Amino acid sequence: MLKNNTLVGWLMAGPIMAVLLFFLVLPIVMIVVVSFWRATEFSIIPAFVWENYEFLFGSNVTYRVFFNTFKYAAITWAFTLTIGFTVAYFLAFHVRTLTWQIVLFLLCTIPFWTSNIIRMISWIPFLGRNGIANSTLISWGVIDEPLDWLLFSDFAVILAFVHLYTLFMVVPIFNTMMRIDKSLIEAARDAGASGAQILWNVIIPLTKPGIMIGTIFVVTLVMGDFITVRFMSGSQSANVGRLISNDIALLAYPSASATAVVLLLTVLIVIGILLRFVDIRKEL
Amino acid sequence: MTKISRRNVLKGGAAFAAGTTLGAPMIWAQNIKDVTLRQFGTGVSNLNDVANKVKEDLGFTLEMTALDSDSVTQRAATQPGSFDIADIEYWICKKVWPTGNLQAMDTSKIKNYDKIVGIFRNGKLTPDSTIAQGTAPHTVGFVEGPDGKGFVDNESGWMTLIPTIYNADTLGIRPDLIGRPISNWSELLNPEFKGKASILDISSIGIMDMAMVVESMGEYKYPDKGNMTREEIDLTMAIFTEAKKNGQFRAFWKSFDESVNLMASGEVVIQSMWSPAITAVKSKGVPCVYQPLEEGYRSWGGGIGLSAALTGLERDAAYEYINWYLDGWVGGYLMRQGYYSAVPETSKNYMSENEWGYWFEGKEATDVITSPTGDALAQAGEVRDGGSFEDRMGAVACWNAVMDENQYMVRKWNEFIAA
Repeated sequence: MLKNNTLVGWLMAGPIMAVLLFFLVLPIVMIVVVSFWRATEFSIIPAFVWENYEFLFGSNVTYRVFFNTFKYAAITWAFTLTIGFTVAYFLAFHVRTLTWQIVLFLLCTIPFWTSNIIRMISWIPFLGRNGIANSTLISWGVIDEPLDWLLFSDFAVILAFVHLYTLFMVVPIFNTMMRIDKSLIEAARDAGASGAQILWNVIIPLTKPGIMIGTIFVVTLVMGDFITVRFMSGSQSANVGRLISNDIALLAYPSASATAVVLLLTVLIVIGILLRFVDIRKEL
Repeated sequence: MTKISRRNVLKGGAAFAAGTTLGAPMIWAQNIKDVTLRQFGTGVSNLNDVANKVKEDLGFTLEMTALDSDSVTQRAATQPGSFDIADIEYWICKKVWPTGNLQAMDTSKIKNYDKIVGIFRNGKLTPDSTIAQGTAPHTVGFVEGPDGKGFVDNESGWMTLIPTIYNADTLGIRPDLIGRPISNWSELLNPEFKGKASILDISSIGIMDMAMVVESMGEYKYPDKGNMTREEIDLTMAIFTEAKKNGQFRAFWKSFDESVNLMASGEVVIQSMWSPAITAVKSKGVPCVYQPLEEGYRSWGGGIGLSAALTGLERDAAYEYINWYLDGWVGGYLMRQGYYSAVPETSKNYMSENEWGYWFEGKEATDVITSPTGDALAQAGEVRDGGSFEDRMGAVACWNAVMDENQYMVRKWNEFIAA
């Protein structure tokens, strides 16, 4: 009977395993394999050489670009966390009725009904030298000269990232906050805790899994992005995604694969470290 | 897609036999209508209007795919089965020809071959012009025979590409925002335009624009801009990297639309640009000049190549298409966008006297000049930037090129972007 149960278990897990095997594991294995191949300008030659990795680790551009990628991820994470946590806190604890919670939550998702690219590109006319932001500031007399750093700068890149990805922080944090037993907060208050103490000692520890899931979303999305960086920096900044896309444009698939493998490992290490802090499985 | 099946070839053969016995000049038969030719190339000449006109005039179907230069090169080199006609640039041809994916074309089958401008035949626009640096089209335009692998320097009768479109490129400027004459490439790095300059992020073309600027600044004189040594590449990149770090550039652009938006919005006042982008900016009512410069133009040329796999009826249709292409309708269409046709005299039949005078002869417009989409580009009395065909194509300083050190250059280019 027990044996039969195991079989049924495997059968039930079978379809998802097959899907993951074909669409996740196999492509990644392929990328790893190709990263050891050689390429000339026109052809890709199956081989086992380390030259793609040697070039990658031998060039200081790689280190600078990886640093840049981490920089974008860290700053974006800090902003999305602050904003996301605040919004979720407001929705979960300040809005009293479930109806209004749902209405306001849906309101947050409205911008996501259009595509990522559209939402990103619409910043360009807004932030431009003669854009709405600059002309408004000038008409208010705040500045005399248009601010050039608003567009095609790291500022623009991070602004777009924060705009694009904050919802990925709001949703999981809001979700965990809604599960917090309200009597815990009442108990804390009865025990004489101040608002700040409740926030720090009760709410934040209990929302950690949500924060962690949001963090994983934001960090992986930012580290894997290339199009936002290209458009918002006016092609002037690079992150790892752009290195890969440049390589692909030039048919250097092995070199692109090697960069992708290194990026994948880096992201996995980051997530591994994050998971040391919170056991998502236990707390879900 | 129509496969070249045995049945099709037989039908073609039968049609051919019928055609010859009846004394018809061509193999034209009903089944030509079943032919579909797949053409791919850069956006400049992959126009749906052309495909529609082909259907109307020749009866067969032309499927167009537009890609950027890098993707075009890749596809021509790696996926020979994916196209019948490659609409590529001459420097791409230099990279792709050695792969054997294209076949040489018999010039005796090209009706207007004798009328093709000299640039594509012996390299000379007029008998006394000098040949510019870079991958000049005639140097990669001919091979010794139908199976020729190496390029030859004479009109052998076997062409790699049939030239279709070309132009002389220079910097685009916003005269209203600059307010003084611009006459040198070096102005691109002039600190006066700090934060208001741009260059295109397509390495093979960008490096040539850079070289024009470096020479104009008097920093270095290249023996051949189209084929730099590693030291020359380093030197060029160093000058531009420094300028980038000093904030000279507002942005880099990769697609045509980006260049139009940068210029039209006033983010940029001086940048590398392509002719139809100028047209697009002007048609928004924004003043924009394709500024002729003392050092001359960076020129490029494109042509049609046939896939090595193309045979039989499909190949005949392709030759028919090429002859039609050079017959003037497309030429007129392209010239109204500011490009040149390989056989200008046939295009004249498809342009008004005013248009021909403005676009080709550099004369004052006698009436409003409109773009193919109907926007006014110039009023009566205005002349084309740079003047006549001879003035512009006669002042070419270099051709788009592919270097021996191409891979090194590309790596350095990536460093420049990441710097």
